[in-house]
This record gives sequence, structure tokens and C-alpha cells, in this order.
Amino acid sequence: MKAALLGGTKGIGRALGRLLVEKGHDVCLLGRDVDDLERSADDLRIRSAGGRSVSAAHCDLLRSETFAPALDQATEKLGGLDWVIVTAATFAPQEKLESDRALARDLLTTNFTNTILFCEEARERLLARGGGTLCVLSSVSGDRARKPVILYGASKAGLSAYLEGLDHKFRGRGLKTISVKPGFVKTGMTAGLSPPPFAGEPEGVAKDILAAIERGTPALYTPATWRWVMLVMRNLPRFVMRRIEF
Amino acid sequence: MPRPETPQLSGWGRIAVPGREIFSEDLRKLTENATLTRGLGRSYGDSSLPPPGGFEVASTVLADRILAFDETTGSLRAEAGLSLRELIRVFLRRSWFTPVSPGTEYVTLGGMVAADVHGKNHHVEGTFGAHVEELLLRVADGRIVRCSPAVEPDLFWATVGGMGLTGHILEVQFRMKRVPTPWIFEERERFGNVDALIEGLKRSAKDWPFTVGWIDGMARGRSLGRGVLNRGRWAEPSEAPKGAPPPLRRFTVPVDFPNWVLNKWSIHAFNALIYHGHVWTRPRVIHPEIFWYPLDRILRWNRIYGPRGFTQYQCVLPDSAGPSAARRFLDVLMGAGGADSFLCVIKDCSAEGKGMLSFPRPGISIAIDLAVHSGTQRIVDRLNEAVIAEGGRIYLAKDSFTRAEHFRAMEPRLAKWSQVRRRWDPGLSIRSAQSVRVLGDPA
Repeated sequence: MKAALLGGTKGIGRALGRLLVEKGHDVCLLGRDVDDLERSADDLRIRSAGGRSVSAAHCDLLRSETFAPALDQATEKLGGLDWVIVTAATFAPQEKLESDRALARDLLTTNFTNTILFCEEARERLLARGGGTLCVLSSVSGDRARKPVILYGASKAGLSAYLEGLDHKFRGRGLKTISVKPGFVKTGMTAGLSPPPFAGEPEGVAKDILAAIERGTPALYTPATWRWVMLVMRNLPRFVMRRIEF
Repeated sequence: MPRPETPQLSGWGRIAVPGREIFSEDLRKLTENATLTRGLGRSYGDSSLPPPGGFEVASTVLADRILAFDETTGSLRAEAGLSLRELIRVFLRRSWFTPVSPGTEYVTLGGMVAADVHGKNHHVEGTFGAHVEELLLRVADGRIVRCSPAVEPDLFWATVGGMGLTGHILEVQFRMKRVPTPWIFEERERFGNVDALIEGLKRSAKDWPFTVGWIDGMARGRSLGRGVLNRGRWAEPSEAPKGAPPPLRRFTVPVDFPNWVLNKWSIHAFNALIYHGHVWTRPRVIHPEIFWYPLDRILRWNRIYGPRGFTQYQCVLPDSAGPSAARRFLDVLMGAGGADSFLCVIKDCSAEGKGMLSFPRPGISIAIDLAVHSGTQRIVDRLNEAVIAEGGRIYLAKDSFTRAEHFRAMEPRLAKWSQVRRRWDPGLSIRSAQSVRVLGDPA
């Protein structure tokens, strides 16, 4: 398949990019830092042993005017477009976001408004081609509001709602939308936090994501244990949530 | 003062100090003003631990991209955090392998350079550093410097085996080796004492690219140092199975074993099993990971030593000390009461590498795992005195207990290395717990 991957230079996206080329897919990496994109593209090219097409195009999640050109370039470089995958997002600790309004605005813009605007560009293009798959990383923290992830969780809750709606409306027309809800995954993004039980590794999460894309699973919890953790969490009464600190 | 909730960091031997790793894919940014970088933390002692008061070490493990590979020469360039395990996963099925491998694949390229690792093929290929073409370092003043055997050679050879103290290793470029198949042809031979085992190692070195000996650390008297010699080569296409070796199932030691699990009797039983068990193994073609990394199949095997932790003592006894040096060393070891070890490995080393502090030199290398207890310092002191008397030296990547005065006595090369280090880092801003302990760096 021909996949555009936004956020493939780091963390889960890096692991997913590697898995995609190893499984025989063509990849166009989208991201902000062009030099860094090229280094990641080289990594993928060497891993694919020259067998797959790997390219890169500039796309900045903080600047929505870059979205359409980035997707057009990706389509051109790939010679088509089957999958659009978004693993990019911003994270910051709640305390930091509470004291830094500019940071809070950037996080909300990146994770909610602009991710959705990017998806809208992708939706149009995939539908125009007769369908495809849009796979976006949301988060378990969008399932239930918790003290340490209020703003981040809110941005992801909104994103999850959008992705679900998109899938309801357009699956019949050939556009599958996949909302991935990773639990705690050990990456650079979470490096400052102490990992809870059931923390996942990016390589394992990437495998789950690719399987969900191939099967068309509309909502994926990964690592799988988080489905049950969140089932409990969603059903905890308010007075409990008010007390717990995680 | 460290409170109980202060994060702790340890090497593979699990002797912890207050410390924490910081992570980023962006190694250049992460190493600005860093005291020390650390890879996968497989050095046994305190090589990868912060100096007292240092606390944070920069972890390279998220910087793991392959940057360039030349199919014709095998030259590969990657970020320092790329693990040997991942390298082998990607390249062995394409018939490429690392030129030199230590006994575990849970190491990073940066760590392999810093410790200038050696392996079963030392008698043929030397250390890893001999195959390194170029390094990219962040040096103490903040600059990013390329060095190689031709460019800034002093910095290069001080960094190869320099335990990460000359600069933060950002990128490594080295030559991979072509292999005929990804499988190994292996055979074993048993020897009744250490002299015969060493003789067997030297004899096998002529015809076999990979050799290593395992010693029964419990045998005494006439059987002192009896053991099994393991030798191998890459299998030829005619004898190898079709296809690539499958991923191996791995096991995890789930919890710390209580300290009493490893005792004289259990270790004795284990050693006897290996020594006598060899008769069932004929020459055969085996999975490369079973040959190169038998212990890696058991994840977190360091837990079998329990919460007290353990150390490894590895030294090289030079050829100049004569053929009976190994026997004398084992006698000292038994006398010091340090022999209750379930892992004792022996290997013949060939020519010394160019790394200014590189460990191997022509002679016999012996490595022994020792559970830590109140007498460990005394045992290591006794062993170090014996090694100094033989003109040998120890391997810093394994060490937790060596005293500065003993290390100085073993290392006439130290002055030259320190001179280069100070040229690049006059304030000694890059330090480790080990450099404070062994080199006398300011804490």
C-alpha cells in the first residue's frame, strides 16, 4: 500500500514506519524538520533494502496551510495514496500547561484543531480516490478526564469524537477511519513520567496499529490490556475520580 | 541526601546509585551539558552511572536510526543508540554481521565503542574499535567533532575503549562483515584442567574463527580449571538449513531470587551439568543467537543473584606471565574464597588494539561472576594484586570494586590517555561514578 505518515520520525511513528517498509509498503514521511525527515527516510530505505519507495515531504502541524501541499506532494511521490496515518501530537504535563497559556494553546491547536484540519484534507483526497484508510493516534486519556491530563485529555477526547463520527459517516463510501487509543507507551514523549503497569513498547504498539489498519478496526486500544483498564476507568463514579491522582 | 524515593540507577550487576536516565531521540540536544551518556546499561559496574552529585545521565537508546549503508563495502553508519540486537535483526538475514560481538546483543553501538568490546573472534578480528571508521562526538566544550584513525586520531583512539569519558558518542560508522549463511557450525571439546583447556584454545585458534572456554569454577586440585571449549564458524550454504533463523522464544526471570538460591551446592550442580552434559552435543549447525548469546535467552537473568547484586571480575593475564599464569590466578581465586561462581569464561586474546585504554592484550582473559557480599572488596583486592604481579589488567566495563591505586599499577597507558582526555575536557566535565572511583576524578 501507499502510506503517508505524519509523525514518523519519533516514538510510535518511527516504529510504525519501520514496520510498514518491512512489510512491503511504500511510505512518505511528513514532518516539520526536513533534515530530520531525511535521516528517518534513510533509516527506512536501508531497512527496506531498497525494495520500497521511501520519501519525505514538509508538513507542520502548527501551520494548517502546509497540509494540502504536503498531502499533494505525498500522493505524487507515492504515485497514489491508500493510507494516511497521523502519529504526531504534542504532550506536556498538566502543571506546565496550567502556567503557560501559549503552550496550552499550541497543544490544543496541534492535537485538536489542526489534526482535524489535516484529517479533513486527507478525507477529501482519499474519498476522491474512491476510498482508503485514515488512521489517527488519539489516546486513552480522551476516554475519561483525569487530573494529570486535563488539557491533553480534552484535546484527545475531541479528536476521538471526530474520528468516530467520520467513520460512521464515510465507511459506507470506502473511507475507513481508525481511532487508535494507546495507553502508556515508553517513548520520548512520556520519558519524564514514571511508567505505570501495562506500559507498552512502541514496536508492539506499531504491530497492533498495522493489524488494525489491515482489518479496518474502527477503534483500537493498545497495548490490549488498556481496553479493560479504560472500561473500568470510564465507569468509576465522579467522587472516586475526584480523589485519585493518576 | 538521597531519600528512599530518590530514583536509583544501576549497571547490569544491580549495585545502584542515585540517578536517572533522560531520554530523547535528539541526541545532539540531549548531550548539551550532559555529564555522561549511557546506552543499554549492560556494563556490569558503575561505568554508565553518574558521578556523586551528577544524578542525570543522557540515554542514547531512542537515537537508533541507521543513517547509511554501503552494500559493497559493508560500511554502516548509525546513531549511537542502535542496539546490536536490532542491527542483527535487520542485517543477518541479508548475510551481514557485526565484525565483533560481545556476549550479549543488548548493547548499543556507542557502548561497543566506549568499552571497545571483544568477543569469541578476538584472536582473528581484534576488538570492535579496529573496525570503526569514524565517530561523531560531542566534546566537553559543546562542539561536535568528527574523528577517525586519520582525523583527530588521538581523540579517536582515546574514545575507543575510553568508557565514554572523552566525549558523548553521537554516531558510529564501522565495517560489517559478510557471512556465507546466518547459521553457525559449532563443536565442543572437554578438557580436564585449565592448562589443557588453554592449550586447546590456542590449538583451535588456528582453524576456528570463534572460540571460547567455559570453566567449572568449583573444580579443585588436579581438575582445577577443567572445562568445555566451544568453537564455531559460520555454516556453509551446503550444511545450513534453508531460510533465516526464526526468532527465539525468550524467558524472563520474573522476580529477584532469594540470596540463598545461589549457593555452593546449586552452583556445583549447574557446573557439573555443563561439564558432563557436553558428551551429548555432537558437532552441529545451530541458531546464531544460541551460539553468540546463550544468556540473552533468559531476560533479566541478573535477578538470580538476588537483591544484593553481583559483579564480574575480568582480567587478562599476558603471555609474558608464562603458561601457568592462569593456574596461579585460579589458585588465588580459590584461596580468596571467590570461586563460588556459576559463570567463569576463558578466552585467548591476540594483539592489543590501538584504543589507548582498550582491555585485551595478547594472553589469557578470565571472567568470573561474583555475588556481592561483605567480602567482595577483599576478594577483588586480592585478585587485583595477583593480576598486577602477573603484569595483567582488568576490564573496566565489568568492574565495580577496583581501587584507583590498583588500576594505576595495571595501566602504564593511563597517563597518555589522560593527557588526550584533558586536552578535550580540561575541566573533566564528562565523568562517571567509575571515573571518580578508578581514575580519581573530582566528585
